[in-house]
Amino acid sequence: MTGPLSELDRPNSYIGRAVPRADAARLLAGRGKYLDDIRLPRMLHAVFVRSPHAHARIKAIDTEAARAMPGVAAVYTGAEIAEHCTPWVGVLSHLAGLRSPPQHSVAVDVARWQGEPVAVVLARSRAEAEDAADLVDVDYEELPPVLDAEAALEPDSPRIHEGYDSNLAWERKVDVGDIDTAFAAPGVTVVERTFRFGRHTGVTLEARGTVCDYDPGEGVLTMHYSGQAPHMLQVILSRHLGMAEENVRVVSGDVGGSFGIKVHTYGDEIACAALSKMLERPVKFVADRQESFLTDIHARDHVVKARMGVDAEGRIVGIDMDDITGIGPYSMYPRTSAIECNQVLNLTGAPYMMENYRARGRVVFQNKTLMCQYRAVGHPIAMAVCDGLLEDVARATGRDPVELRRLNLMPDDGYPRASASGMKLADLSHQKTLEKLVELMDYDALRRDQEEARARGVLRGIGLCSMVEVTNPSPAFYGIGGAPIASQDGATCRLDAGGALHVSSSVTEQGQGTNAILAQIAADRFGVPIERVKVTTGDTATVPYGGGTWASRGAGIGGEAMLLAADALKHQVLEVAAALLQAEAGVLDIRNGTVVDATTGAERIALSDLARTVYYRGNELPPDLKPELIATRHYRVTDFPFVFTNGAMATHVEVDAETGFVKVLGFWVVEDCGTVINPMLVDEQVRGGVVQGIGGALYEECLYDEEGQLLTATMADYLVPMAAEMPDIEVAHVETPTSTSVLGAKGAGEAGTGGAPAALLNAVNDALAPLGASIWQQPMTPERVLRAMGRL
Amino acid sequence: MDKTREITLTVNGESVTARVPVRMNLVDFLRNELELTGSHVGCEHGVCGACTLLMDGRTTRACLTLAVQADGAEVVTVEGLAASGRSAALARAFTERNALQCGFCTPGMLASAVTWVEGGGSAERDAIRAHISGNYCRCTGYQSIVDAIADVAGSKAEDAA
Ligand code: FES
Ligand code: FES
Repeated sequence: MTGPLSELDRPNSYIGRAVPRADAARLLAGRGKYLDDIRLPRMLHAVFVRSPHAHARIKAIDTEAARAMPGVAAVYTGAEIAEHCTPWVGVLSHLAGLRSPPQHSVAVDVARWQGEPVAVVLARSRAEAEDAADLVDVDYEELPPVLDAEAALEPDSPRIHEGYDSNLAWERKVDVGDIDTAFAAPGVTVVERTFRFGRHTGVTLEARGTVCDYDPGEGVLTMHYSGQAPHMLQVILSRHLGMAEENVRVVSGDVGGSFGIKVHTYGDEIACAALSKMLERPVKFVADRQESFLTDIHARDHVVKARMGVDAEGRIVGIDMDDITGIGPYSMYPRTSAIECNQVLNLTGAPYMMENYRARGRVVFQNKTLMCQYRAVGHPIAMAVCDGLLEDVARATGRDPVELRRLNLMPDDGYPRASASGMKLADLSHQKTLEKLVELMDYDALRRDQEEARARGVLRGIGLCSMVEVTNPSPAFYGIGGAPIASQDGATCRLDAGGALHVSSSVTEQGQGTNAILAQIAADRFGVPIERVKVTTGDTATVPYGGGTWASRGAGIGGEAMLLAADALKHQVLEVAAALLQAEAGVLDIRNGTVVDATTGAERIALSDLARTVYYRGNELPPDLKPELIATRHYRVTDFPFVFTNGAMATHVEVDAETGFVKVLGFWVVEDCGTVINPMLVDEQVRGGVVQGIGGALYEECLYDEEGQLLTATMADYLVPMAAEMPDIEVAHVETPTSTSVLGAKGAGEAGTGGAPAALLNAVNDALAPLGASIWQQPMTPERVLRAMGRL
Repeated sequence: MDKTREITLTVNGESVTARVPVRMNLVDFLRNELELTGSHVGCEHGVCGACTLLMDGRTTRACLTLAVQADGAEVVTVEGLAASGRSAALARAFTERNALQCGFCTPGMLASAVTWVEGGGSAERDAIRAHISGNYCRCTGYQSIVDAIADVAGSKAEDAA
C-alpha cells in the first residue's frame, strides 16, 4: 500500500501497526469491570419465572407463596409489568409487508417459546430470589407448538398468532433476467441441492445482564448493560417506559463477548428497567447459562432449495433459490428478524458475474427462541449456497473449482458494478485474493497430498469460498425503515492542559480492540505518542451520538469519524500555535506532542505549554483569538448502502470413514478489508470469526424435541470449538482501500464466520466425492456424515 | 437452606475467616463476599473453565467447589497471580500476541497457563492445545493463546538450558 497513511517511519505513525491494546493489562490482572461485577447499595436481584412450554396459555399465576419467602421484596406477573412498560413491534417500513404482533417484556396471556419470561421475583440475593421463583405457581393450558418452519406454512398448521391468516411473517421475491430460459438453453448444466442450516447461537462467555438504577430524585434511569448499542437502547427505554430520552442513561462497561447477540431488545432486561422505576431501587439481572440458551437470539435456521446453471464453457448463467427461515414467535425488536433472509437474497452469488437470478425468501413464525442477527448476518447461508453449488458444478462437469472461480469471479478492474441481486459493489479484489490464497495454501501441493491420501484409502478434501462481506452500513440498513438506530457515528478529540488527548466515540468495545484503533487513529493523525491518548466509549452521557458497534462498522465508520475529529483539532491547535508564535499555521506541524516547524522539524512549542497558555493564561493570547481545543466530527456512508469487502478462504479436512468425524487440518484466509489499521487485531478478528464459522459448520446446534423443548440448553450438550480441535489459521491481506473515506478502512469482523461454513461444506464434499456421497446439512455432525456416506 | 459453617482459608496469601452458607460455591464466595471479581462465571456447571483458579496449587473449577470445601485450602485467583508477579511473563505474552479479546475467559485461561508453564510444560502447540481444552474462549479462536503460552514455555526452556 502507498500513500500518506502508510508511512510507517514518520513519528507517531500508528495506522497500520500491530500496536498492542492498552486495556489488555487491566483484563489480565482480573480488573475487568463486567456487568456482574457491579454492585449498588440496596440492589435487588431479579430472577425470572420462565415458561416450561413452547406454547401455552397462562390461565393464572399464584405468587403468594413466593412473596412470603425470606428476602423477597416483590413478585410481579407479566400483566403487572405491562402497566409500566408498553409492548413493542419488530417491523421496519423498508421491509414491506413484514408483520409481527406486539411483544410484551414479560408474557401476558400466552407464552410462545420455552423460556419466555412470565413472572419475576425480586429479592435481596440471587439465591433467595431463585428459591422463591420455584414457588411461583403458574397454571398453563398447553397449546399445540408450531416448530418446523416448512410445516408451519402448511394451510392446516396451527397458528401462533390470533388474527393472522398464516404463520408467514414476510416474503420477498427477486427476479432478474429470465432464469427458466437460461437454464433451458442448450449446453447448460443445472445442479440442484437442498441445503439445511441448523440453529445455533452466540454463546458469549459472559451472559447477558443488566443493572438498572432509577433515581426518583432526578427522575433519571441509568441502565448498565452488556451490549453494543447504548444510544439505541436509550431510545427504546424512553419509548416503552414513557420517559424523556434525556432522562435515560445507558452505560456499557467491559463486555464479555457479543457477536451480535447483545445488540437486541430482550424482555427480561427491559423489564428490569421498569422494575427499578417501580421499586425505586437498583435491580440486577444476569442470565444463567440455561437462560442464555433459551433466550439469547438464535441464528440461521434455513432450508434452501437452490439451483445453479453453467454453460458449456463453465460460465454461471444464473441461480434460482427458495429460502425458508424460522424466526421464533416474534420478529426481534427493533432490527427485525427479516434482515437475515433479506441478506441471503442480497448476497447469494454476489462475487460472481451472472445475468439471471431468481430468489424467494419466506420468514416464518414458530414456537422456538427468537431468531435474529448474529455475526455475519445471512452470509454463511448465501456463501454456502452459491459456492456449494459452484463446487458441485465443478464436480459434475469435471472442472477444477479454482479454474471455475477464475472464469466467473468479477474482475478486479471491473468496478463499480452491481451484483445480479442489485447490490452496488466497488473496490473489490476477488481475483487478487483468490490468487494469493492459492499461493498461500499451496493448492497444487494439497491436491497431490489428497491424491496420495486417497490412494491410501484416507478421505481428504479441499474446499474454497470466495465471498463478499457487508460492512460500514449506511442508513439504508435500518434507519431508513424507521428504526432508532444511528448509522452515523461521532468522535470527539480534546487537548487537555497536560498535552494529552482525551477522545470519545459512539462506537463501543466488546474485545475487538475498538478503543485501541481509535487511539491509534487519533495519535497518528494528531501527532502525539499513543500513551498520551485516553479513550472513552460506551456511555450515552459522555460520548457523541451514534450507532455503536455492529455490522463491522467500528473501524470503518467510527474510525473515520475519529480521523476527521483529530484532523479538525490539529487544524485548530495549529491556528492557536500560529498566533502564539506569530507564524503561519501552514508552516507548522504537530509531532510527538510538540508543535514543530513543518519543514525542518525544529521544536517550536510543546502542546502542554500551548494548552496551559490557553487554559490558564488566556491573558497572553491576542484578544480576538477564540481558541477551541476540542473538536467533534461525525461520519456516515453516503454513496453506498453498505461498503462491501471481499475475501477468499480455504480449508483442508480429513473425514474419518469409520466415525464420520471431520478433522480440520488447515485453514487459510485472504481478506481485503481495505486499509488495515492494526494488522494483529484484524488477523485475530478473522481467526475468531473463522472458529465461530467452524463451530456452526461442524458442531453447534440448538436442537428441539417435538414438544419444542430445547435439548441443548447446557454447555455440556451444546458443543463449541475447543482449542484441541482447532487448526492454526493463516491470514493474509490484500488492501484495496474504500474510496468512500479518507481512512479507507472497511470491516473485518464477520468474514470468517460468513465464509468458513461454505469452505468446510466444500471440503467435506470433496473428501466424500470418491464415494459418490455428499452432504448438504449443517452442522455436519459425525452422524450426518455417516448417513451421507450410507453407513448409518 | 440457610445452614452455614465457618471456614478459614488463605486467599492470595491472606488468611480469611468467614461464615458461609453451606450451599454457596467457591466462585460466588470469592466474587460476592471477598469482592474478588476477577474469577468469572460462564456456566456454573464445570464446562467452560471461566472460573478456573488455583487451589492448593492445582487448577480447580471454582463453580464446582463449595466454599466449605476450601476450608483450610490455599486459593490463588487471577488477582493474586498478577499481584505476586507469577503471571507477569504470561501477561506480557498475552498482550503481545493479543491472546485476549473480551477478556472474560482470560483469568481462567491464565490459571491453566500458569500450571502448564510452572509444571515445565513444553512449547509444543498440540500439547498446549490439549492442556487448555478445558477453557472455552469464544473470541480468539485459540491460536494466539497457544502462541502466547508457547512463547513463555519456550523461553523458560531456553533459560533452563
Ligand atoms: S463457570 Fe465454572 S466451569 Fe464454567
Ligand atoms: S477473549 Fe472473549 S472469551 Fe476469550
